[in-house]
This record gives sequence, C-alpha cells and structure tokens, in this order.
Amino acid sequence: MRNVIIVGSGPAGWTAAVYAARADLQPLVFEGAEPGGQLMTTTEVENFPGFENGIQGPELMEVMRKQAKRFGTEIISSMVESLKQIDGGFEVVAAGKTYETKTVILSTGATARRLGLESEKALYGKGVSACATCDGFFFKGKNVIVVGGGDSAMEEASFLTRFADKVYLMHRRDEFRASKIMQERVKANAKIEIVLNTEITEILDVNVGQVTGVKLRDTVSGEMREMKIDGVFAAIGHEPNVSLVKGLIDLDEKSYVKTVPGSSKTNIEGLFACGDVQDSHYRQAITAAGTGCMAALDAERFLANQE
Amino acid sequence: MAYVFSEANFENDVLKSSIPVAVDFWATWCPPCRITGPILDELSEEIDENKLKIGKLNVDDSQHLSTEYRVLSIPTVIIFKDGKEVERFVGAMPKEAFMEKFKPYIG
Repeated sequence: MRNVIIVGSGPAGWTAAVYAARADLQPLVFEGAEPGGQLMTTTEVENFPGFENGIQGPELMEVMRKQAKRFGTEIISSMVESLKQIDGGFEVVAAGKTYETKTVILSTGATARRLGLESEKALYGKGVSACATCDGFFFKGKNVIVVGGGDSAMEEASFLTRFADKVYLMHRRDEFRASKIMQERVKANAKIEIVLNTEITEILDVNVGQVTGVKLRDTVSGEMREMKIDGVFAAIGHEPNVSLVKGLIDLDEKSYVKTVPGSSKTNIEGLFACGDVQDSHYRQAITAAGTGCMAALDAERFLANQE
Repeated sequence: MAYVFSEANFENDVLKSSIPVAVDFWATWCPPCRITGPILDELSEEIDENKLKIGKLNVDDSQHLSTEYRVLSIPTVIIFKDGKEVERFVGAMPKEAFMEKFKPYIG
C-alpha cells in the first residue's frame, strides 16, 4: 500500500508533492484532465513571491512539476475515476488501474463556471470560448461579448481588445464587483462597451454551427432582444471540482470541501484537501501552494501516528 | 515526432493522404497547446504511422487554413479522412483520452 496519492496538479498538488517527496513518502500524483490547472490558461503571474519580474503561469507549473519530480515524485498523467475508503486507507482507480494508499491529498482545484446554456455547450469551440488567451487571436476585427463582473472579466475584456474591434462587457447586475483599478481600465478603453442589467438566454445559431448572435434579457424590465455577435467569453467565477468526493466527504454550502480550520483535514481520516477545491475565498496560486504544504505535513504526521 | 503541416504541404500530406490524418491546430502562445503538443508527439511514436498520421499545424503561420476549417478555439484536433473532416475535438485532454479518440482509426 502506498503512503500518499495526490489528486490534481496545480500549485497545491505540486507543493504537496515536493513536501511529501522530501519527507520520503514516495508520493504519486495524478495530473488529471487539466494538468497544471487554472494557471495553464493565464499569462503573466506577477504576484508569486520569488519571481521578481513575473513568470508565465504555465512556466510556473512546469518548474513546480520538475521540483516535485526531482525529489522522486511519481507522476501519472491521467484522471482519477473513483476514490473509495477501504480497510487501512483508500482505493483509487485511474485509467483502468487500481491503486491502494494510506492517505489521499485532494487538490483537484476549481474550474471556470459556464453560463449553463444548451446552446453554449453546442457552440463550444465554435465561437464560445473558455480561454481568451488561447482564442482571442481568432476574433481579429470581430465583435465579442465578455460576460461577468469581476476582475477576471475586466481582464479578459481588456485583453480581447488587442484583437476584436469591439468588446461588449456584459453583466446581469447594475454594477461590477471588480476592483476600482480594473473598472477604471475598462471604462477608459474605447473598444469596450459596458452593458449592465443584461443576461444571455441563448447563443445563436446552433443550426449554423457557429456563433452568429445572442438572445438577451434585460434583468430589470424583462425585455428581450437579439444582438449580432461573433464570439462569447464567460468569466463568471469558478466551481470546485468535487465530483470525485461527492457523497464521501463533507462539503460546505457552496460545494467546496470542508476542512478543519487551520488544517487540511476533512471529515474522513487520512483524506486531506488543499488548494481551490477547499478555498472559495482567497483562490490564489500562493495560498494554494501554502495549503498544499499543510496537506503534506498533515499526511506525514497522520502516517507517523499510525506506526 | 509528429508531422509538421503548413499551407504548403496541407493538400498533399493531409487532404490527399491515403490514411486518416489527425491535425493539431495550435500556437506557441496558447498555454493548453503546450500540454497537447508533447502528448501528440508521444502518440505519434506509439501509433503505427501506416494507419494514422499525426501532425501539427501552427495557426499563426497558416491563418487561411484555420479560417477555412473555422477553427475558433485551440487546441483543436481535426481528423481528416479522404480529404474530409470526419471528427474534431476542442481543448486539451489527457493522453488516454486522445488514445480513445484515435482508436477507431487505428483498428
């Protein structure tokens, strides 16, 4: 039976791996469906201490991965399909193989929330995008909508003006919750038009197989209208990736994993959680890394007490 | 290593290919493409190249082709058979998932 299996490969997972490997626990990391996590779709990370001039998100993950590997972390690039409790630990199934482990560190992170429309799903990759950094390029000279009211919506809208002729920044409320500085930035950008109190009810046109427009609803008057558009980007927050542990461990009212305050312990002995899957509040690369360290130390102590 | 496709060789190497071809539309500035790239390189070593050809197409250098095939999101992998698109997958996936998608073509 293994000592520790780490599920997820963002800053939390890799930090846990570095600590667990250095403690000689021979950790095994499953990288999951989106190796590297959310940082893989960001560009410059300017607030991670130790990188004076900033670092690209994917590069940061690459060096963390290498650091974990250097101390003997075993890495498997597949997704964990199931996790259950067995006598003396857990059984993990991934890519058809079964693994047994005394402890599990859950660092599955969070994934960008979608609008939740059928038409959005059907037109994904056909004008509906989940990654402005990747797809902005294809909207040169076109008109796009960015949905959302937080900092990341402001950032995406600003970024997309490099390519698009016009960016409509759409929010269903009457004001943004983004920081002042980000709001000022979008207001000063002539290519950005702010559209408040409006939500998308349908993206057109599934029959054509490409985004041609949207159906909109005024959230105050209820009035409906249509608008021509070439692309739709949503930046409306994140959802924790908890499908693996639903029914197994306690979640809070927002569906994030509950941990004992000041630790990474969940309500299941030997199962620790770190990073965004248990943090709806800070959600930073550095806080994820910090809790990853906590999880490895908690697992190490748990194993030591078992002996 | 995976093949490198471009507007110059696309017609011959992809459309006129006698076997199915998987084309990865990618770019250097697309973070998830950096995950997909090495995975496809590995798969091109593991999969019999007489059954399925795997290659990459840089969208920066081949803008006409990405427009022609209406690629609006990368990475996008399109499988061509007898000169026609038969399937496409958008977004980065783990290696096993690509393998599953390619299986029907490698018998």
